[in-house]
Amino acid sequence: MSALFAAAGRVDTGDTAWMLVATALVLMMTPALGLFYAGLVRAKNTLNTFMMSVGAIAIATVAWAAIGYSLAFDTGNGFIGGLHFAFLNDVAFAPRPGTTIPQLLFFAYEATFCIITTALVSGAVVERMRFGAFMLFAALWSILVFSVLAHWVWGGGWLQEHGTLDFAGGVPVEMASGFSALAAALVVRSRKDYGRQALLPHNAVYVLLGAGLLWFGWFGFNGGSGYSTGHPGVLAFTNTLLCPACTLVVWFLLDLWRGGRITAVGAATAIIVGCVGITPAAGFISPAWAMVLGAVAAVPSYFVIVYRTRTRVDETLDVLAAHGVAGFTGILFIGFFAQVAWNGVSDGLVYGNAKQLGWQAIAAAVAPVYAFAMTYVILRVIGWLMPLRVTEKQEALGMDVVQHGEEAYASGEGAILVAPEADGEKPVPVAQP
Amino acid sequence: MKLVIGIVRPEQANDVLEALYRADVRGLSLSRVQGHGGELDRVETYRGTTVKMELAEKVRFEIAVSDEFVQPTIDALCEGGRTGEVGDGKIFVVPLEHVVRIRTGELDHGAVTPVEGP
Repeated sequence: MSALFAAAGRVDTGDTAWMLVATALVLMMTPALGLFYAGLVRAKNTLNTFMMSVGAIAIATVAWAAIGYSLAFDTGNGFIGGLHFAFLNDVAFAPRPGTTIPQLLFFAYEATFCIITTALVSGAVVERMRFGAFMLFAALWSILVFSVLAHWVWGGGWLQEHGTLDFAGGVPVEMASGFSALAAALVVRSRKDYGRQALLPHNAVYVLLGAGLLWFGWFGFNGGSGYSTGHPGVLAFTNTLLCPACTLVVWFLLDLWRGGRITAVGAATAIIVGCVGITPAAGFISPAWAMVLGAVAAVPSYFVIVYRTRTRVDETLDVLAAHGVAGFTGILFIGFFAQVAWNGVSDGLVYGNAKQLGWQAIAAAVAPVYAFAMTYVILRVIGWLMPLRVTEKQEALGMDVVQHGEEAYASGEGAILVAPEADGEKPVPVAQP
Repeated sequence: MKLVIGIVRPEQANDVLEALYRADVRGLSLSRVQGHGGELDRVETYRGTTVKMELAEKVRFEIAVSDEFVQPTIDALCEGGRTGEVGDGKIFVVPLEHVVRIRTGELDHGAVTPVEGP
């Protein structure tokens, strides 16, 4: 939104320098997410879970360059952008209109958002969805869900036209991934052991490290979404420190109250919830309100997680609670507490502008419905073309061996080296340790 | 008294535990082992290094039982561990000379009988 203040038609070196760094920071969030997710699953599914994030980098980047960027950011109609920028046509060194950075950099920056959002959805289907089916899903989803919703709030779509505020992606990133995750969990269905056995995180250190790296990357995610080093970027950057810290404090208290102990996996979750909560609001609310948002956002997400695990819905890594619900909270919070004095754009209800709350509420209602419905359709279509999940026997064996022919924690004991014959015939053993 | 040793697939271990619990067999030890029982080798590739995994992860139950519990224990291991594929594992039943419960010094039959109540 700093677009409104930026001088048109000029590339600023300082802004460009910061956005180059911010782009790299956000790209790092996807491997960080892979680590976070990998720690939360069982040891036999570590690599497959991580690979879904790595696969999203591959697939979403190609889809974004081919058509996604154009559909999101080319002028089109209120619903979807045009095809002028398809295959990077005319995406070069001239500034992206409304910003002071080259469009090529703007493209790369937004690509990293498309990547991580696509990777986020995998959390709903890990430990049973076939890797190939997820890759096809990633391609379709990044175009049909992310690009469309990004157009609505950032690319000149109908929500942006009416003044819905979304600084860094409450609509296309957080609510889109969260509610798509719910749809994906319903279509792909539960793991075979879900509800029968305790399915525990196999490495809580990965989870904490992943969450820490995600938070680090989030400074580029929110701090870069002003596309400049100006006031909105600085405000968003600092709010990204304040808000998750408050979420952590409240999460600690909730953990103490509910279970008597503060948990590590809970803390990692709280970091994500806090970062998600501030994402849409980062450049629009004061630092004090950001701290309040952090505290407030903890509560609904906490209880959705508690409730979800008691249901038959195996939305495995709680993408809905951490991203969908916290994104929803953040989007609505703007409607109450946005402040012209801080953002230079619009006030919220508390500062006398009820209309802002109205358009935030509409975005919070429509985006989840669109994401859920479109994801449901995409997965039904893929499920009609190919099996969505591995067989029960393969699921028992573990996705790493079945899907990738590798193990995360291979001991090497009993492994016999095989040298392929020159003509690529059947492998023969050559040495035994 | 017999020592029943059951070697099963790790993914069946929970089913075995459930079956043993239902059969009222309460005292057991469990360890992770690697073994080979004629199942097909898994082929894995790491950066161009292709290996055949001759050893598969297994879980080994060791259960010391009095004579009347031998058959129920074997039945439970079979029920929980069977998938019908090669590699389901084996059960070995071996005679047991002596059992001592360390806490009380109880011997043999008394030592393999679970304590009632807390």
